Amino acid sequence: MDRPLLLCAEELKRQLGDRLLWSQLDLELAAGERLGLVAPSGAGKTLLLRALAMLDPLQDGTISLQGRTPTSWGLPRWRSMVLYLTQRPVAHGGTVEANLRSPWNFQELRGRGGWRRERIKGWLAALGRDPSFLAYDAERLSGGELQLMALLRALQFDPTVLLLDEPTASLDGATTAALEALLIEWLAAGRRAAVFTSHDSEQIQRFATRTLELHP
Amino acid sequence: MTPLSSGALTISDGRLALSALLILVNVELSAALRLGLARSLLVASLRMVVQLLLVGFVLEWLFRQDNAPLIVLVGAAMAMIAGVSAVQRTRRRFAGIYLNSLLSVMASSALVTGLAVTGLIQPQPWYDPQYLIPLLGMVLGNTLNGISLGLDRFMEGLRNGRDRVETALALGATRWEACQEVVRDAIRVAMIPTINSMMVMGLVSLPGMMTGQILQGAAPEAAVRYQIVILFMIASATALGVFGVVGLAYRRLTSADHQLRLDRLLNVGE
Repeated sequence: MDRPLLLCAEELKRQLGDRLLWSQLDLELAAGERLGLVAPSGAGKTLLLRALAMLDPLQDGTISLQGRTPTSWGLPRWRSMVLYLTQRPVAHGGTVEANLRSPWNFQELRGRGGWRRERIKGWLAALGRDPSFLAYDAERLSGGELQLMALLRALQFDPTVLLLDEPTASLDGATTAALEALLIEWLAAGRRAAVFTSHDSEQIQRFATRTLELHP
Repeated sequence: MTPLSSGALTISDGRLALSALLILVNVELSAALRLGLARSLLVASLRMVVQLLLVGFVLEWLFRQDNAPLIVLVGAAMAMIAGVSAVQRTRRRFAGIYLNSLLSVMASSALVTGLAVTGLIQPQPWYDPQYLIPLLGMVLGNTLNGISLGLDRFMEGLRNGRDRVETALALGATRWEACQEVVRDAIRVAMIPTINSMMVMGLVSLPGMMTGQILQGAAPEAAVRYQIVILFMIASATALGVFGVVGLAYRRLTSADHQLRLDRLLNVGE
């Protein structure tokens, strides 16, 4: 393969109580890939994304990004590079802009160039939203708007691997299409890749370059 | 120093029994409004009477002792009971919660009471039980409240704020950056009763210890001085104890890998 390997996971396993969700799971992700996770509800798709972001302890196996383990990167850096977007995004008080700006205060992200309004505006335009979206009260956003906000909040840090958990679950058809186009463009602009879940099999066929099935 | 002489009128057995009739007010009220409290009221009253009478005997005996290790041991036992009770009022548990509470209670109360008897009040000897035990008791009673409030608030705060904490972690926050709001909130809530009571001290409430000293014939001005020292002791011991217990709980419910470990949190009874 001529595309550089980004994320590599070997022999991952996840057990909930005495229920085995998946085991012996190997995953390789190269730049430009959009990997769709396929499994019925409750099969542990979210848990796999969380495991890749190291939000839960690994029960078994190893993960590396560009050949280095999470510990060697440092966990905060790892998560800023393998960035997980939850199904239920949350906002703190204040405007959308305040929510997009506040993570720049984290020790890990502070030295990375900071808030770029024009870039965010460009993305908003691509998603069919007016720049006034930035002034909205974040705690009163609709579910779909929250998902957009969370996506912008993540994209601005240019993660290497974006982990998307049902990223368009609350969006209308037009915005979903715009979001997919924006993601494809963003992924093409660097050595980046994405893993995503969706309950919509058409979206998986349309958007994934490859799929992975989860099984025990 | 004002001696705690037996200057007050003695309450005879008969009058003591008469005072118990006051609880009938509560019982009547509970019956009239069907609060269902009659039973707990009676049990609580009985426990209060028995425990205090017993403590009276124990203290009579204890105050005659002149044995430093024994007195320190009694103090340690009091601190242990406080540490355990503090946890029993919380809604959730994690492995090690009792140890954390014990450590926090013991370290904070030993430090503050130790400083008070060696530096501030200076009884001779420093372990004079007539001073050490009541001072420690006052400190422990208040630290206990602070610790259970702080622990409970911290555990609930992490659970309710889980999505927010994990959103911050997922973006690259350290565990401290992600949890500091919850930690701060827990410590703040735990300190509120202490601060409130100092605010209205003397205006709304006459503290029990001061009232006791005055009834015993101590000059109010001398009693007030004791009360001031006690309140500063309580405030600092509560702050230290709460800081300790919330800090230890924070370390336990997050990991060095900057993960939120709510899987370590159990509901009471699990």
